[in-house]
Amino acid sequence: MEGKSEELEGEMEVEAYRRLFPLQFYERHLSDSVRPDARPLNKARPTSIVPAPLPSADASAMVKIGNTTMLSGIKLEIMFPSSDSPDEGCIAIDFHMPPICSPMVRPGRPAEAAPVISQQLNNVIMSSKLIDLKELSIASGKAAWMVYLEIYCLDADGALFDAALLSAVAAIAHLEIPPVCLNEEGRVVSSQGQAETNTDNNGNTNNSNTEKRKLTLGSIPFSLTCLLHKQYLLVDPTDEEESIMPSLLTVVLDTSGHLISLYKPGGPVLAYTSTTKNCVALATRRVKELEKILKEALSEMDVIEN
Amino acid sequence: MASYFRRKKITFWPCGFRISGDTIVLAAVYGPKAGSKKNESPEKASIEVLWKPKSGQIGKAEREYEMILTRTLQSIFLSTIHPNTTTSVIIQVMHDDGALLPCAINAACAALVDAGIPLKSLAVAICCGITESGSIILDPTKQEEQEMPAFAYLVFPNSSLAVLPGTPPLIEGEPVEHGIITSVTHGAMSVDDYFDCLDRGRVASAKLSEFLRKNLAQSQIPNHSSKAS
Repeated sequence: MEGKSEELEGEMEVEAYRRLFPLQFYERHLSDSVRPDARPLNKARPTSIVPAPLPSADASAMVKIGNTTMLSGIKLEIMFPSSDSPDEGCIAIDFHMPPICSPMVRPGRPAEAAPVISQQLNNVIMSSKLIDLKELSIASGKAAWMVYLEIYCLDADGALFDAALLSAVAAIAHLEIPPVCLNEEGRVVSSQGQAETNTDNNGNTNNSNTEKRKLTLGSIPFSLTCLLHKQYLLVDPTDEEESIMPSLLTVVLDTSGHLISLYKPGGPVLAYTSTTKNCVALATRRVKELEKILKEALSEMDVIEN
Repeated sequence: MASYFRRKKITFWPCGFRISGDTIVLAAVYGPKAGSKKNESPEKASIEVLWKPKSGQIGKAEREYEMILTRTLQSIFLSTIHPNTTTSVIIQVMHDDGALLPCAINAACAALVDAGIPLKSLAVAICCGITESGSIILDPTKQEEQEMPAFAYLVFPNSSLAVLPGTPPLIEGEPVEHGIITSVTHGAMSVDDYFDCLDRGRVASAKLSEFLRKNLAQSQIPNHSSKAS
């Protein structure tokens, strides 16, 4: 196979060679420390955050990493807190991969990757203590906010988890809790402009303000997916790269430098200590980049609103 | 620093296997059966994992376990030997008392060996928990898992017994059995703690791999001729 492919190389068009011998095609590039899209191995694709694209949602964000596009939106609902934790709200994270996102997803058949990424997001957001659930309480034991965070993949072109996490974090950072309070009949009403009546009814005014408030966020998690192939380490792989070389390692670090997740689900390449350390170092660098991008996007969001 | 193993046992049943401490998982292997799944290469053998929870419907967490288990087994599975076939691994959770995924991986491995499916090596799975004080506990129970700020599930290949004399070659300055096949973590920990977990996990997995090897060798000798047909 090896010899044959070398022979054919001379007389074949590049695009045909890429389709017939994808692995050899990539290895030729990797040996020159470059990728077919002209990126060096340790460079992520250009990343951008579109602030608040959905006016009907309570908060939203769209993230693009290269072609990978994620749209996340938050809807707030009021719920009865559970008896185990009467002064805590709840957050439900759902990740969707509609058929339009990739030729691999067919209508009527849910994508296998979707529940896995959904679970991973849930694990990372809970582990990082990004949101203090106590802040979502309206009145202890009576009412609390339920945050429905939905992330839609619009274009799946590799490193899905990185883009999904960034869009989720951007939406959460932008979320503003509307001012509400509990009236005498036990109903939740908007307390905007009712400052006087509100302060008179003592006892159930906890956490109810008269102005929209943002959540105080803990340290923010950012992730980087690395692809391992032989001795090479490719940062932020595209879909094509992921399908040809299946060993992935995702590192999630938060802004204070804690490791939130080191996720490697199998794969033919084993990760040794030095490789793992390299991935963590690359992720540390990426966290700084993403932090800056997020900060810029958030200040842009504030400008739009005011 | 506390590190311990709960007593482990592999029981070989006619249909499957049970690896127990207090967590009990039954793994059954069927295959290789003809035909491969859709979207899979007909030139390779495929492996599928069906996760059956103890009660209720399969949820997102179980789907994630299914995916991790499938990809972990794929990495030790020789997919070129029986092309265009599927091997099914069915995991039935009997009791969950912590470290469920590592237990399922160990059970699935033992079942694959008993079914005579050729493997590159065994996968040895282990759970390391990090306590508030920063010490590392191996193989925590369910209660410990919930109370601990962080824990990691790690899977390593087992050490190979070479026919050739001398030490086996090192890869990146480390023996093969130090490479991570799978790593899943929960909770926030410092980077150093994770590498500490790796070191301890490797030491523990060496013992576990010896134990697996010994048990598997014993089980092949008596009353297993009935499976040959």
